[in-house]
Amino acid sequence: MKEFLAFITKEFAHVFRDRKTLLMLFGVPIVQIILFGFALTNEIKDSNIVIVDNAKDIATQQIITKIASTDYFKIKGNLASADEIDKAFKSGDIKLAIVFPVNFYTDLLHTNKAQVQIIADASDPNTATTLTEYVKGIIADYQSQLSETMQTPEQIITNTRMLYNPDLKGAPNFVPGVIAMVMLLVCVMMTSISIVREKELGTMEVLLVSPFKPILVILAKAVPYLVVSLLNLTVILLLSVYLLDLPIKGNLLLLYSVSTLYIITSLALGLLVSTGAKTQQGAMTLSLVGMMLPTMMLSGYIYPIENMPWILRFISNAVPAKWYYIIVKAVMLKGLSFSFIWRETLILFGMTLVFLFLSMRNFKIRLE
Amino acid sequence: MEEPVIRTKELTKRFGDFVAVDRITFDVHKGEIFGFLGANGAGKTTAMRMLCGLSIPTSGEAMVAGIDVYHHPEQVKRSIGYMSQKFSLYEDLTVLENIRFYAGIYGLTDKQIKNKSEELIEKLGLQKQAKVLVASLPLGWRQKLAFSVAIVHQPKVVFLDEPTGGVDPSMRKQFWDMIYDASADGITIFVTTHYLDEAEYCDRICIMVDGRIKALDTPFLLKKNYGVDNITEVFYRLARTAQRSGD
Amino acid sequence: MRTLKFLLQKEFKQIFRDSNLLRMMFMTPIIQLIILPQAANFTIRNINIAFVDLDHSAYSQRFVNKVLSSGYFQLAGIEPSYQGAYKLIEKDKADIVVEIPKDFESKLNTEENQKLSVSVNAINGVKAAVGSGYLTNIIQDFNRNIQLDWIQPSAMNPMPEVDVVSSNWYNPTLSYYLFMVPGILVLLVTLVGGNMTAQNIVREKEIGTIEQINVTPLKKYHFILGKLIPFWILGVIVFTIGLIIARILYGIIPLGSVALLYFFVSVYLIAIMGFGLLISTYSDTPLQAHSLTFFFVQIFNMMSGLFTPIDSMPGWAKLITDIIPVSYFIEVMRMIVIKGSRFHDIIPHLIAVSIMGIVLNGWAILNYRKTT
Repeated sequence: MKEFLAFITKEFAHVFRDRKTLLMLFGVPIVQIILFGFALTNEIKDSNIVIVDNAKDIATQQIITKIASTDYFKIKGNLASADEIDKAFKSGDIKLAIVFPVNFYTDLLHTNKAQVQIIADASDPNTATTLTEYVKGIIADYQSQLSETMQTPEQIITNTRMLYNPDLKGAPNFVPGVIAMVMLLVCVMMTSISIVREKELGTMEVLLVSPFKPILVILAKAVPYLVVSLLNLTVILLLSVYLLDLPIKGNLLLLYSVSTLYIITSLALGLLVSTGAKTQQGAMTLSLVGMMLPTMMLSGYIYPIENMPWILRFISNAVPAKWYYIIVKAVMLKGLSFSFIWRETLILFGMTLVFLFLSMRNFKIRLE
Repeated sequence: MEEPVIRTKELTKRFGDFVAVDRITFDVHKGEIFGFLGANGAGKTTAMRMLCGLSIPTSGEAMVAGIDVYHHPEQVKRSIGYMSQKFSLYEDLTVLENIRFYAGIYGLTDKQIKNKSEELIEKLGLQKQAKVLVASLPLGWRQKLAFSVAIVHQPKVVFLDEPTGGVDPSMRKQFWDMIYDASADGITIFVTTHYLDEAEYCDRICIMVDGRIKALDTPFLLKKNYGVDNITEVFYRLARTAQRSGD
Repeated sequence: MRTLKFLLQKEFKQIFRDSNLLRMMFMTPIIQLIILPQAANFTIRNINIAFVDLDHSAYSQRFVNKVLSSGYFQLAGIEPSYQGAYKLIEKDKADIVVEIPKDFESKLNTEENQKLSVSVNAINGVKAAVGSGYLTNIIQDFNRNIQLDWIQPSAMNPMPEVDVVSSNWYNPTLSYYLFMVPGILVLLVTLVGGNMTAQNIVREKEIGTIEQINVTPLKKYHFILGKLIPFWILGVIVFTIGLIIARILYGIIPLGSVALLYFFVSVYLIAIMGFGLLISTYSDTPLQAHSLTFFFVQIFNMMSGLFTPIDSMPGWAKLITDIIPVSYFIEVMRMIVIKGSRFHDIIPHLIAVSIMGIVLNGWAILNYRKTT
């Protein structure tokens, strides 16, 4: 036992001595939380638009004022003619143009019909559609003001409740994702590299011929990363509660227990990677290409899984992070109990066993 | 008498509070094989790195091949060769490619490169392996090749940092034969080593303890002065006084 | 010049002997460009909706059908009680629950107001906003239809009407691939250019050959050029492979000048390789280089404007996007490939990236020491 502690101490020293690696271990989650929390939003606002006002009458003035008063648009100027729109789009800044024809107001008064043209730079299709919808909404609003007297009262009133995230912030969606990714980063990549480094340097053989059992060697490697991961989890949770105002609704003990299980799953995966890689470089490539990318893409926290073709949806089932992501959302945000997540927990548990079994088998083959 | 090839005066290197090399002063003459001995952490590698222009001295003077290392570290580099503990060959290049590469960056002409490569390969007996990746050569051969590459541009001095680590005695003997040949060609050899028996092959040896020079003489006179019959004994007597342990 | 020749010969031999590197170089763009655009689709559709129908009337039936036939929603279930439907949300089976109250039809017939309760799983805020937006539109439409049932057509006064015509330029079919593929190619070139350069130099540090190089009279800038040129060429090759894949797989053909595209990527690669070089001067082991690269590249990617619009970011975040090269290249790619922008349109971007190239490379060269 004493030797085991000495061994763990050595592993801790390896982890904490290298400041650049620590920057990745703790810097990545902190930066992600801050950026996701405060900088990144899918909402579209402050978009630069231009106006081609051929009418310059009271109606177009009213509409333009209405548009300018929203958060969505910044009017970057008036163009003299529609021919200049292409040039404005091509220089990159402008996302949308609104064209009013001559005699807009007179047409509206006398023929009850007038036309507005909206031209969107659809090189970003999401922004284009969203902005177009915004303008349509504003014009519809203007129109209903004009015909206020005609308005029949709404008969169906909708009462919408936004559950779990009433302010529609981005944070609830990604905090569980960042946790899932960081654990994987620490456990799979760091563990596999640290084991492979001992192999590369030849120190692994020294350890294996020592009276120390191989299983203890592996365990001693795993413990520091388990600790670092739990530390990371705590940092992320503290940041999300105190910085992002994202409360933890469920049972904290349950959250930590399933997280420990996920960490063990990741450690087992790291072990498996280490049995398959000969050099540190190889371990890095394997964990990055083989683990990080699938996790970022297929866990559901960046890209919605339900939009993917069936083959990717199918593959996503093999990604541990996907299940953990579901669990964290359920416990942390919805405040659900274990009875709602037992299935996902069981899947993670099963995966852990498979990874351990495979790495033990690979390990034996290697020794023979 | 000719100007010494290496001359140091009070050469010192500090890392913060730690004095790695403490005011060392010595001369090395043309064609001499100069052995540098010391326990791990005694400061011999640091001293050598300063002479090669890899490390800037904190104070003191060092002239190598008539050039001030402190002020013109880049100019020194034309006149020296260097071979470190971790060889300097590219394992994913062939024997011939390594020779060509190093000869090329030392500015040899195409004709010189061609002649030199043929000469070296023949001398090393590597005709069959010329187009083989260095990674697949045995360690002893790699060391010999690394040495040949280090003197491919006929430097005035070559610095060898523990060149014979990890090879068997017969290979080490062959390696020393190459050192003698180079010395006979007028190349000054500056070598650090762990193997105390190798010290006997040197013309003069310098023993460092805790960053200082504790003894500097021919092997014969050192043994005589300390009244012992081998260098190992001399070394242990001096090393016993060391204050700091290995790195 | 002669020295450079020997350095380049050596680098190219090493690169072409490294089958892992070559495999990564060719396979990564192919795989990423095939898979990523499939996954990275933010268009919101397939919203799962559940109904609690307490009315069981012809009207409630008509309403449910109208919602489902809109194409945005998929039926997750019709539950007898709100508790049952709420369970569906908890289990992630439903995104939206609509509760149709008792007497829905009879109250509508007596022209009384009627309330529909909508509950949305808002963990994914964007999806919640878009989904409930779709639903609100449908409800309004339904409302209008009912009104038409009551109001006599003859009683209608002419109403002033603004006719809105909208058009989507450059991408009339609103193809998401056209938007994503050029952006992903940028991330790829960034990763290849930055990471490979950093890893390569750190490897020389680790195996000790860099020390041998440092005792030769080789000039600093020779060594650095000897590293930059091969990886610059590799970067251009990866970019070319990417353009070919974009053309074959997604039918994306740059509208603007391909020569201009290559000109920009050439400048961009110099900047991003300067970044890799800088990383390598600060790291001693591959793991450190990797950690540093990962740390910065993830910020680059997140702030690049590929995943979220830069316009919507707060001021300080926009400042960050101003100093990272990736955001400029993504914009230029879209400008040239999709809109056919010309040289004078991208001059500001070109200047910005050139300055970054000079700063990053200059910093790296200053920081690369042959001596300690």
